Amino acid sequence: MALPNHASTLERVWHYTYLVICALIFLFLIAPILVVIPLSFNIEPYFTFTEKMLKLDPTGYSMRWYDLLLTFGMTDPDAARDSSWWADAWANANWINAAKNSVIIGFFSTVIATFLGTVAALGLSRPEMPYRRAIMAILISPMIVPIIIVATGLFFFYSSINIQDWGIPYLGVVLAHATLGIPFVIITVTATLVGFDHSLTRAAANLGADPVTTFRRVQMPLILPGVISGALFAFVTSFDEVVVVLFVGGLDEQTIPRQMWNGIREQISPAILSVATILVIISIALLTTVELLRRRSERLRGISPS
Amino acid sequence: MASAQSHARRRAFFLVLPLLAFILITFVAPIGQMLHRSFHNDGFTMHEDIGTGVRTPIMTNLKAWFDANPAGTEPTEEAFAALAADMVVLRELKAPGQAGTRINYELSGTRSMFTKAARQAKKLEAPYKDAFLDLDKDWLNPDLWRVMRDASSAYTFNFYLAALDLTRSSDGSIEKVNENRQVYVTLFTRTLFLSVLITFLTFVLGYPIAHLLATLPLRYSNLLMILVLLPFWTSLLVRTTSWMVLLQSQGVVNDSLVGLGLLGDENRLQMMYNQMGTVIAMTHILLPFMVLPLYSVMRPINPSYVRAARSLGATSWTAFRRIYFPQTIPGIGAGALLVFILAVGYYITPALVGGADGQLISNLIAFHMQKSLNWSLAAALAALLLGGILILYWLYDRLIGIDNLKLG
Repeated sequence: MALPNHASTLERVWHYTYLVICALIFLFLIAPILVVIPLSFNIEPYFTFTEKMLKLDPTGYSMRWYDLLLTFGMTDPDAARDSSWWADAWANANWINAAKNSVIIGFFSTVIATFLGTVAALGLSRPEMPYRRAIMAILISPMIVPIIIVATGLFFFYSSINIQDWGIPYLGVVLAHATLGIPFVIITVTATLVGFDHSLTRAAANLGADPVTTFRRVQMPLILPGVISGALFAFVTSFDEVVVVLFVGGLDEQTIPRQMWNGIREQISPAILSVATILVIISIALLTTVELLRRRSERLRGISPS
Repeated sequence: MASAQSHARRRAFFLVLPLLAFILITFVAPIGQMLHRSFHNDGFTMHEDIGTGVRTPIMTNLKAWFDANPAGTEPTEEAFAALAADMVVLRELKAPGQAGTRINYELSGTRSMFTKAARQAKKLEAPYKDAFLDLDKDWLNPDLWRVMRDASSAYTFNFYLAALDLTRSSDGSIEKVNENRQVYVTLFTRTLFLSVLITFLTFVLGYPIAHLLATLPLRYSNLLMILVLLPFWTSLLVRTTSWMVLLQSQGVVNDSLVGLGLLGDENRLQMMYNQMGTVIAMTHILLPFMVLPLYSVMRPINPSYVRAARSLGATSWTAFRRIYFPQTIPGIGAGALLVFILAVGYYITPALVGGADGQLISNLIAFHMQKSLNWSLAAALAALLLGGILILYWLYDRLIGIDNLKLG
């Protein structure tokens, strides 16, 4: 990107203007995500920087909204903070219960999506797969179809089969979230299988390995980064999904996004911002993991970044 | 050889089969059922007891009269007698509300006529026509009889007509609804307009940074790429909340503008709960979907083409316009189509920051599902939206190929 020495003045001016424009666009991308972090430590119940905060006065900051996440919904929030207080918080605090539900739903839907998606991706990436294009289009479609249509369809479908009466908690939401996560697993796993040299599996078979051993020893190490990224994508999809939960989730199936949704619609309080901050930190951790996996996968397949 | 090939094909297919079955059951079947509901509503033909699940046909006498007489026949004494007999059944089944609601979808204000008539059902005596007119003289309304005739068959396309701001006139021909009741076409137009605008904005913002990322050495571009990918990984609700914090009238943007003296304290900008809020927040949220396809097309472009153009005397603008830009068009197509598809069906962000005039078609579907409870109309609107999306999706697959969809 460096300017050549012979660049004219006009070109120099344009070059620096261009860099400034890019910087502003990057700011537009990232600022909204970072701005919630300091605001979540605001001691006042406002959504803007107070004068004390701007002067970096420690009295302008507090952990009160994080504390509220623990105490909100507790039977006795003002008791001494000993083990029974924590037990109370663990059992009764609304946000903790929502987090538990989100993790349970996310875990099971991720397991289903990853297992089915990986197996299917193995079939889809074989050159002899029949109707490949049409089947791929169907399997990716949950990512494209508007979420409100999915939720509406599931609402009718689940009420016609009375899924609430089957006695399996979270079943409806877990199946729906698995469906929504599957396209991500398919995309990431097939991406790691692109250019997979099928003579490797034939060589393994030639050397006497049965198909299971071949899969375990030859294919699995190559696709594992893709499988893990796909699983993370599926988990994030479930962890962030609110519309389906609103439409088909039972009253006791409160998840973090649902709780946030209600909070934003009714009375938005800075407690939402502290939840948002925690979620941003989680997404930074996930992004780092996925990036590391991607590089590992590229290294394994010999596409190293120059 | 042939048998080995068909064996391999079968093995590949069996790997995909479990997932295909799963998607068909949890995804395709529910949507199919919803589509069925958009042209099938048995509110005026069948009653199902919630407790026992017993299904009883209702309005059978009236249906027999409709079958015997062609459309447009003046309701005779015989017709009112049939109606009266059906009202007795409705009363016994406690179903007048259900039947009235079905008629009320197409002709508002009629639900109470049914509940009222059913309450008096046993006292209704011949001549039935006069008895009904005593209750409410709207019982002679030709529109009501036309709607009842349509509803006496469970299959109807009237919900699609309603979703397109059309209605049937009393002689059965299709016409536009009253101008002040035209909601849906306006909303479809607005959804398309805002989606095009958002797609254009993501292009304008995405092109420069994708170009920068593609031309920087990988060490730097991988770092900058994090700024694109982090929003992509961050919860949608978090990003929407952030925009609410930034844009509200006591929010960070307004406070900064007032603090800098660019804006008087009394005329703070209203940037949220209107179309502007929807556009700003959705542009931000969908920007990565534009940048990533652009980047993956721009990265492999060989810089020596532009250099060759320059050395042949082209100005940098001409070199960009004639040499570089045409090579990026596939990326623009992929990004624009993807952003547009996602924007058209957006729900969460408009619902939270859109206010009244920033709502999209998805929000109206949700409204009919949750508030007005006109599920068939919601399903018809959803079917129209789905049809549009599937055409675009097909186009995307034709032009770009779903295999080329990349995530980061």
